[in-house]
Amino acid sequence: MSLAVSFDLTVAWALLLAFAVWIYVVLDGFDLGIGILYPLFPKKRSRDLMMNAVAPVWDGNETWLVLGGGGLMAAFPLAYAILLPALYPPIVAMLLALVFRGVAFEFRWKAITPAGLKFWDAAFFGGSFLAALAQGVTLGALLQGIEVEGRAYAGGWWDWLTPFSLLTGVAVAAGYAFLGACWLVLKLEGEDQKPFRHLARLLGLVTVGFIAAVSLATPFLEADYWLRWFTWPQMAAAAPVPVAVAVIALLLARSLTHEGRDWLPFVLALTLFGLCFLGLGLSIWPKIIPPDITIWDAAAPEKSQVFMGVGALVLLPIILGYTAYAYWVFRGKLDPDKGYH
Amino acid sequence: MDTFLGFEAVLLARMQFAFTVAFHFIFPAFSIGLASYLAVLNALWIRSGDRIWLRLFNYWVKIFAVVFAMGVVSGIVMSYQFGTNWSVFSDRAGPVIGPLMAYEVMTAFFLEAGFLGIMLFGREKVGDGLHMVATAMVAIGTAISATWILSVNSWMHTPQGHVIGENGQFLPADWIEIIFNPSFPYRLAHALTAAYLTTAFVVGGVGAWHLLRGNHDNRGVRRMFSMAMWMAAVVAPLQIVIGDAHGLNTLEHQPAKVMAMEGHFESHPDGAPLILFGIPDQAAGEMRYSVEIPKLSSLILKHDLNAPLAGLDTIPDDEEPPVAVVFWAFRIMVGIGFLMLGVGAWSLWARWRGRLYDSPWLLRAAVAMGPSGFVAVTAGWFTTEVGRQPYTIYGLLRTADSASPLDAAAVGASLIAFICVYFAVFGAGVVYILRLMAHPPERGEGDAEDIPGPIRSGGMHTPEDVTS
Repeated sequence: MSLAVSFDLTVAWALLLAFAVWIYVVLDGFDLGIGILYPLFPKKRSRDLMMNAVAPVWDGNETWLVLGGGGLMAAFPLAYAILLPALYPPIVAMLLALVFRGVAFEFRWKAITPAGLKFWDAAFFGGSFLAALAQGVTLGALLQGIEVEGRAYAGGWWDWLTPFSLLTGVAVAAGYAFLGACWLVLKLEGEDQKPFRHLARLLGLVTVGFIAAVSLATPFLEADYWLRWFTWPQMAAAAPVPVAVAVIALLLARSLTHEGRDWLPFVLALTLFGLCFLGLGLSIWPKIIPPDITIWDAAAPEKSQVFMGVGALVLLPIILGYTAYAYWVFRGKLDPDKGYH
Repeated sequence: MDTFLGFEAVLLARMQFAFTVAFHFIFPAFSIGLASYLAVLNALWIRSGDRIWLRLFNYWVKIFAVVFAMGVVSGIVMSYQFGTNWSVFSDRAGPVIGPLMAYEVMTAFFLEAGFLGIMLFGREKVGDGLHMVATAMVAIGTAISATWILSVNSWMHTPQGHVIGENGQFLPADWIEIIFNPSFPYRLAHALTAAYLTTAFVVGGVGAWHLLRGNHDNRGVRRMFSMAMWMAAVVAPLQIVIGDAHGLNTLEHQPAKVMAMEGHFESHPDGAPLILFGIPDQAAGEMRYSVEIPKLSSLILKHDLNAPLAGLDTIPDDEEPPVAVVFWAFRIMVGIGFLMLGVGAWSLWARWRGRLYDSPWLLRAAVAMGPSGFVAVTAGWFTTEVGRQPYTIYGLLRTADSASPLDAAAVGASLIAFICVYFAVFGAGVVYILRLMAHPPERGEGDAEDIPGPIRSGGMHTPEDVTS
């Protein structure tokens, strides 16, 4: 099997969808991560700061998840129709978790009793953690392969739950926590920033450890993965990815141990996530649901792809433009005295 | 047959979809209208410089933030419901409805979410002008969103512009025909108007409540009540006209639904009666204890007293929608519509006599009608969706053939989880909203004079501020 394919609309849609999912992962990743870090910072002042660091943008971040779901249904309806029943429990758990942590952004400020505040703080943490875990489990379950018969899922209700999917679940939660810590390094300064810088070092190590563990386990899941990573000449195409991961990891360690350039760890963390994404993509390409369904099997007819493609070409740059503007408006360090009650 | 607590998987999946979408629908029904109202208030503030508009904006924007957050999280659930519980439908209809929903995300959701942060927290950072742009973008986004999703929904009622492929998929043939399918313009107009009416009655109810509680001299309270009553007086009659047109369109394309709405089990060759009330007995195929006005139904539907109207006796049993749900939901919706019309007219009369703010019974009626829009839109949704049964794509794909290959236990367990979480979370949300509504717009509504320093947090207000 060769990595070279003719570039057609289906490939374009697969890349576009992968891009949307990556954007989702890094954006909601850092705000879910902040929720995951909540229990480590019990003081109300820290928690207010942490939440205010993402309050103006979380909603836009989560919209990429809707695009992921809607885009999958539109561009690869068969994949959508197989994946969601196959991953029913983790998907439903993720959705319910997102309900809790999403409303916590508003409800937390409306609670007038200490118990109420405590409850929504717990909801923010629990929801963020469970959503991250469920997303990681989903990733693992996809990688390990899904049983399909005809045009429907043919496996059992607990097929998704394996040691490997639990590993990816915890890995994603740790990675999100790391992104969250890096975002807070970017948004805070002085004494407020310090604990998050320390935490980012630790979480960076943990994340890189998980990346190594998942990378080592993945080739053993499917023969195709093994061939892709460990046989010549496919290896030549894949090998630069782990090398780049190692380089980025070193740069991260440097940026987190040296003061200054507070934006750098976050940008490097985004790159790290991008490389992981690329690595996973290399493993499963050109499958959308390993081991049987390729992107061409699952693709919507050309007429659907073209219609949406025109819209995406015009609209996505505009969306990225005003999303960047919204981030720009709320740029700079968070002032702990403003918006702190 | 595989069941859970006595229910089959398909029925549980229907219950889950009905529950999650009915809950979700409540929030956009309010936020579509409220976003436009906020844009109007903001524009009035910028034009006139009268602080009262800013005060009203800041009062309602806090409520909007809570409603919008609940709308977003319940909406994310919807974008996955199609796949989790209706995977066969998604596979078959995905090529047609998927792109329309992707357009909804790309043209509306990002617009709303991207500018919401600036609308809520950004006035001091970007200035009044750009803040107005952001507010308008959020309002426009809500309307664009409604347009796409109602196009999808309408296509499921009146499908056209597609061909059926070898693998059973609905494949797009003509996008213009798909988007502008026959019921779309009517449904869109009816639903958007419903959202505006719903919001008008909530705003009016809150205003009336504070007027009754002795806030007569509060300009903010008077303005919001007056604006809401204008809206009710103008839009309620308009909605009845639009609803009538929508009904005629339904008669043309989905006659069985109209038969169920009207409760016409029998055909009437020389003028059908309007059944006001009755107990539908679908098994026996008759309306029991009916109270009816002769020939009026023919007059409404055909504009002719003696026009013949076919009944459900002309429809095969396995093509009939469940009559009782449709019949009653329709009556609830129409009943509320006419009550709204009544309150609107009453307010005009009181206004003409210069007693708009001093008519206790009008104010009480407005308070009572405050939440009525939510009941009406939910009833309307049940009328049209249950009326489409036994199909998901009318006439082409049966509901029973649309569901995921799931065990009843899986669907049942997740249904219970959704019910528990939604009631807990959205129940708390309603309490917080009512708490915000319980104090009148006053000083401390976040105008720059009243509060030291800019405000930029998810809180926008301390609890003390709300209760003081």
